[in-house]
Amino acid sequence: MELPTSNIHKQAIASFDTSTLLRNAARQRDARGYNQFPIIDVDCHHYENESIQEIVRYIDDEVLSQMGQLYTSGGTGGQAPFGVAGVGYQDIAGRVTRYPLRKTETTPADEQHRDIHLSLKWMDAMGVDYVCLFPTPMLSLGLHPQPEVEGALAKAYNRWLLENITAKEKRIKTMMYVPFGDPDAAYETVKEFGHHRDVIGFMICSVQYNSVHNNAYMKTYSLMEELGKPLGFHGNYNWNDRLVGNSNRFLVTHALGFTVYNAVHLCNWVINGLPERFPNLKTIWIESGLAWIPWVMQRLDNDYKMRWSEAPSLKGLPSDYMRQMFYTSQPMEVPNRLDVLEMTFSLINAKEQLLWSSDYPHWDMDVPSVIYDLPFLTEIQKHRILGGNAIELFGLDVSDRFPGYENSQLGVES
Amino acid sequence: MAKEILVGNTSDFEEGGKKIVPNGKSEIGVYLIKGEWFAYQNLCPHQGGPACEGLLMAKVEEIIHPEKKTYHGMRFNHDEMHIVCPWHGWEFRMEDGVACGDSAWKLRKYDVNIRGEKVYVLA
Repeated sequence: MELPTSNIHKQAIASFDTSTLLRNAARQRDARGYNQFPIIDVDCHHYENESIQEIVRYIDDEVLSQMGQLYTSGGTGGQAPFGVAGVGYQDIAGRVTRYPLRKTETTPADEQHRDIHLSLKWMDAMGVDYVCLFPTPMLSLGLHPQPEVEGALAKAYNRWLLENITAKEKRIKTMMYVPFGDPDAAYETVKEFGHHRDVIGFMICSVQYNSVHNNAYMKTYSLMEELGKPLGFHGNYNWNDRLVGNSNRFLVTHALGFTVYNAVHLCNWVINGLPERFPNLKTIWIESGLAWIPWVMQRLDNDYKMRWSEAPSLKGLPSDYMRQMFYTSQPMEVPNRLDVLEMTFSLINAKEQLLWSSDYPHWDMDVPSVIYDLPFLTEIQKHRILGGNAIELFGLDVSDRFPGYENSQLGVES
Repeated sequence: MAKEILVGNTSDFEEGGKKIVPNGKSEIGVYLIKGEWFAYQNLCPHQGGPACEGLLMAKVEEIIHPEKKTYHGMRFNHDEMHIVCPWHGWEFRMEDGVACGDSAWKLRKYDVNIRGEKVYVLA
């Protein structure tokens, strides 16, 4: 395959292999001894659109199912009833080569799904033991103008994922896609799938315009709390957004979009006192990096002190509640002044609340060394952030790869 | 003391071509760009990606009207080629290996020796 570059130098690629691409990650794995402790990736992805013909067969509604089968088998010319991902070029016009080349990668022709083969390849290269797998284009499905389509496709995807991926590979778990655009469907999703062994939590796509404090969602949060599994909000961009999409460069809409949607939901979650209403429901803010958290903490605390009467359910500062929330690390901003990052870690109590994530195979992925090589962390803190915190939060059983492992051995350093 | 690694023959290289040779636990990418030889470690200083296994891209420039300061699109400047790390897209100037996005970061550079038909890097 030949990738077009800047015309003078076209680059011919004989073949593409994830293990080869990540050879340097494997070297880091071996040099740092990642096999000595569990590494959990709380946010990684597959391209469920590549299996969409399989997924639409799981749609209950026979009319939507027929529509899905038609459009996923060739369609009628450029239109897609389920696609809302919109404009974007995350791969920087082919510079991140795994995007244009991924379809050329071969996997064994056996009973295992291709997505399992591909996932295990990069997991093994990085030294990752278990992952929480999320979809890719479906992260924009919260923008779909037909809530019933979001509900139907979410249910179909959830069923397909549990039957074809997580049931076949113990190292792959998921936080179930919750169709937030339809409050009743959201509740039914949690009810139907919440008890499942491979469902370690629930995921709301942050790019949507529904309010997390709407009364319609309270029964769903209650059920999640009862099930004892956390709720994650997964960031994304939306170039069609009138505000955060108001840029001619993907860089801007990405940098803002992935943080601002989560910032809005987090602010509403805290100021409406939802942590007080659901004290045992743990929340995770996924794929927004870390730099936004000190900003929101300071803004909310400052306004809260002046406008206490608007947040009367709170029993402490907004930042106190935020410090009890969980955050995934990627894409972790690494400023040249490392003391800025160290201060952020301190503000969010990272040693207990931070969860490493790779976001692989997406363009701004992080390898485990982004945490492991930080000079201000102790060895125990590195182990907690790379795996221990997630094992505790999700109650993960890691005994098949680490027999006799006790998370409590990590303790918590002051 | 630096050791010489035989890369191959000059005739192995076309204009804009590259060859990646092993060097201990890493590799070195050797390039021939407009008659000049360059060599860099195949290791991105960002997160450790195999920088030399990525694309070669010309520098992108904005076309700004000199007086009106208005924007009129973009173009490639083929006088400045960049090594692009395939993991995240970090770009490095071929001339000196310095990262375009932050000059505090750079690829490790090696000297290239040509003796007769043979291409060597000093590692």
